[in-house]
Amino acid sequence: MKIEVRGLNAWFKTTHALRDVSLSVPQNTVLAIIGPSGCGKSTFVRCINRMHELVPGARQSGKVLVDGQDLHARRVDPVNLRRRVGMVFQRPNPFPTMSILDNVIAGLKLNGIRGNYAELAEKSLRQAALWDEVKDRLQHSALSLSGGQQQRLCIARALAIEPEVLLMDEPASALDPIATAKIEELIHEMRAALTIVIVTHNMQQAARVSDSTAFFYLGELVEHGPTERIFTNPHEPRTEDYVTGKFG
Amino acid sequence: MKAHTDKTYDAQLDDLRNKLLSLGGKVETEISVSVRALSERDSKLAESVIAQDREVNRLEVEIDDACRRLLVLRQPAASDLRFITTALKIVVNLDRIGDLAVNVAERALDLNQSPPLKPVHDLTRLAELCQNQVRAALDAFVDGDVAKAEAVIKNDDLLDSVYHNLVNELLALMMEDPRNIRRANSLLFVAKHLERVGDHATNVAEMVIYMVRGTDVRHPGSRNSKSVPP
Repeated sequence: MKIEVRGLNAWFKTTHALRDVSLSVPQNTVLAIIGPSGCGKSTFVRCINRMHELVPGARQSGKVLVDGQDLHARRVDPVNLRRRVGMVFQRPNPFPTMSILDNVIAGLKLNGIRGNYAELAEKSLRQAALWDEVKDRLQHSALSLSGGQQQRLCIARALAIEPEVLLMDEPASALDPIATAKIEELIHEMRAALTIVIVTHNMQQAARVSDSTAFFYLGELVEHGPTERIFTNPHEPRTEDYVTGKFG
Repeated sequence: MKAHTDKTYDAQLDDLRNKLLSLGGKVETEISVSVRALSERDSKLAESVIAQDREVNRLEVEIDDACRRLLVLRQPAASDLRFITTALKIVVNLDRIGDLAVNVAERALDLNQSPPLKPVHDLTRLAELCQNQVRAALDAFVDGDVAKAEAVIKNDDLLDSVYHNLVNELLALMMEDPRNIRRANSLLFVAKHLERVGDHATNVAEMVIYMVRGTDVRHPGSRNSKSVPP
C-alpha cells in the first residue's frame, strides 16, 4: 500500500472533523473522495501532507503511513514530506510575481535541487500538457495564463519535484469543461508514475478518473470501494442516497 | 423510499415506471386474448390483438426516449441507474412478447378458417403457464421482489416440459393422420411462440434481480470465462 490511514481523527479546536477514518490506497491508483460540504474531505487530504497541523487549534490522532512510514513520527520533517506528497488546490495559485518558468522550478530551487532547470521545466510542463501552449513565452508572467492553464502550471510545479503522491483538492471546480477534461486526462496519465488522491464535488468526475471512491459524511468514512461499484451498487444506504441525489 | 432532492427527477422516474407497467399490462392482455382467439375460434379477437400491438410499439418508443432523456440529463447512479438500464432491456422483452402474441393471433386467424383439430390439452396449460409467468415477472418488477423473480426463473423449467409434451402430442396427431399436418404444424408454431414468451418473462425476472441487488444472475460463470476467438 502506498498510503495507509489508520484510525485517523482530526479536530479544529472542539470540532471533531474526522472520526476514526481507516483506508488504504495502492500505488499507482487514483482515490476519489466525495461527500457534501463539511464532511471532512479536505481535512482528510490535508492530514496526508501534514497541512492540517498548520491551522491554529487543529490537532489529530491516528496514523498516516506513506510507504509504511509514519508521517507523524518525530524524525519526519514536514517540509521533506511535502516534497514526496505534492498538492494542487481548488483555485490555481501560481506565484503571481514569477514568470511561468520560475513558477515551475520554484520547488526545485527551494529544495536546493541543482540541475538543468530549462530541461526539468520542459519535462514538467510536458507532463502537465502545457508545454506547447507556453514554450514561446516562458518568461511571461504566470498571471498571463488562463485559469485552466494556471491550474496545469500548478500541476507542473508540483510534478517538478517528482512527488510520489499527488493530492488534488477540487482541482477542476473553477475550470471550464475543456480545461476540466484536460486535467482529467492528465490524472489518467500521471497515474502511471504517481498515486493520486482527488477531492471532488463532481460525482461524474470521481466516476471518470478514479479507481476507488470513498464517501465521507459528517467526518465519517461511510463507504470505500471500487468506483464502479460505488456508483452502480453501493452497499451503504447513505452512499446510495448521496450518489442518487437524495440528500437534504 | 426516500425522495430525490430534486422532485422533478422523482416525477420523471415515476412516469417511466408507469409507462412500463402500462406496456406490461398491454402485452399481458395480448397474450391472453390471442390464446382465446385460438381456443374460442374468434377471429375478431385475433384482429383486436393485431390492432392493439400498434399501441405497444408506440409505448416502446416512448419508453426508450424517456430512458435516453434520463440518462443524458440526470446522469443517474446506483439504484436509479440500475432501474433505467433495466427498463431499457425490459422494454425490448415486453415488445417481443407483444410481437409473439401477434404471431399467435395470426395463426389463430389461419386456423379459424379450417375445421377444428381435436382439443390439445397441453396447449391450454402452456398458455396459462405463460400468462402466469408474464404476470409474475411484471409483479416482481413493480414490487422489486427478488423471491418472486426467482420463482419465475425456476418455473420456466415447468413451462419447457409442458412445451415438450405438447410437441410430442402434436407430432402424434400428425403421424395419426396426414390431413392433420397443416393444422398441427400451425399449433406447433403457436406452442413455440408461447414457449418463447416464457423465455422473455424469465429475462425480465433476471433483470429484476439485477435491478434490486445489483448482481447479474444471467449465464453464471460467463464473467470470468475468456472469450473464444471465432
